[in-house]
Amino acid sequence: MFGFFRRRRSKDDLKQRLKLVLSYDRARLSPGKMEQLKRELLGVVEKYFPADGDDLDVRFEQHGDRMVLIADLPRPSHH
Amino acid sequence: MNAKAIVVTSGKGGVGKTTTTANVGAALAKLGERVAVIDTDVGLRNLDVVMGLEGRVVFDLIDVFEGRCKLRQALIRDKRVETLHLIAASQTKDKTALSESRMRETVRALLEDEGFDRVLIDSPAGIETGFQTAAVAAQGALVVVNPEVSSVRDADRIIGLLEAREITEVRLIINRLRPKMVKRGDMLEVSDVLDILGVKLIGIVPEDERVLVSTNVGNPAALEDGGAKTTAGSAFRDIARRIGGEDVAYPDLDGSKGVFSGLRRLFGSR
Repeated sequence: MFGFFRRRRSKDDLKQRLKLVLSYDRARLSPGKMEQLKRELLGVVEKYFPADGDDLDVRFEQHGDRMVLIADLPRPSHH
Repeated sequence: MNAKAIVVTSGKGGVGKTTTTANVGAALAKLGERVAVIDTDVGLRNLDVVMGLEGRVVFDLIDVFEGRCKLRQALIRDKRVETLHLIAASQTKDKTALSESRMRETVRALLEDEGFDRVLIDSPAGIETGFQTAAVAAQGALVVVNPEVSSVRDADRIIGLLEAREITEVRLIINRLRPKMVKRGDMLEVSDVLDILGVKLIGIVPEDERVLVSTNVGNPAALEDGGAKTTAGSAFRDIARRIGGEDVAYPDLDGSKGVFSGLRRLFGSR
């Protein structure tokens, strides 16, 4: 209802969606396979750092002209 | 562009490949280049009707490939621009006849034996053999994209395949841009498309009813409309000049500086 001033521009959605889908296309990996990869990585991580795997974030990023697979697992700095 | 053989492609169908080939070809010829445009969409030929040359097709590309005629016999000279020539696709769907080596030989013969300055190859939609054959003899590519989701995605795929073929001069034509929709944020703007696809721009063609009207009568818009700067015909003429190496500024399509000012900073007065 406040949309008159702050209506989300549809092209911003499109740009975001395109960037995401193209990252999968370029890496030749479907989003479903990515979920599977994430789950398996999580299994490995939990073997070494029990109960820490919840924060695992796996994604593709475009670095210059190459796609990079990023697995981001924040480590607690104290116990 | 340094490339003499240029494939016009898009991945997705219906984005304006054939219209672009006809218009850029005609505009290049008008600039004085000897131009051959080749339709490689076997079974679905259309470049002949878009150019208004359908009544004069006797031999086609497959006839050349199969040795049923000489190359020169398949070259249809345009009525309006003397230096413009068409080789039509075959309308009988015989894809096995599209051989890569014969394509290479035909393009070589056009450039070296027949003295053409430029060969534009209109690719079929898709990424299969038709596209691969169209691209096989090209050193450059014009990728036609509409600012919408499926066209941009397919263009990205095609650009990947062109780069894998080591086609070095890949240039983007953003076709059917609607400045009003861009202005209200409902269409990707030029800088968005360039940001996503990461290739060099060579043309922005606005949506323009005159393109349909001119194809209705088989006369490319680039040859038809007057001197106005914001028409599709003018955009195609600008593309031809840029291919020829000229530095042509991009016109302000919606009359306000806002939308294209970023672009002008990036590409305008270089």
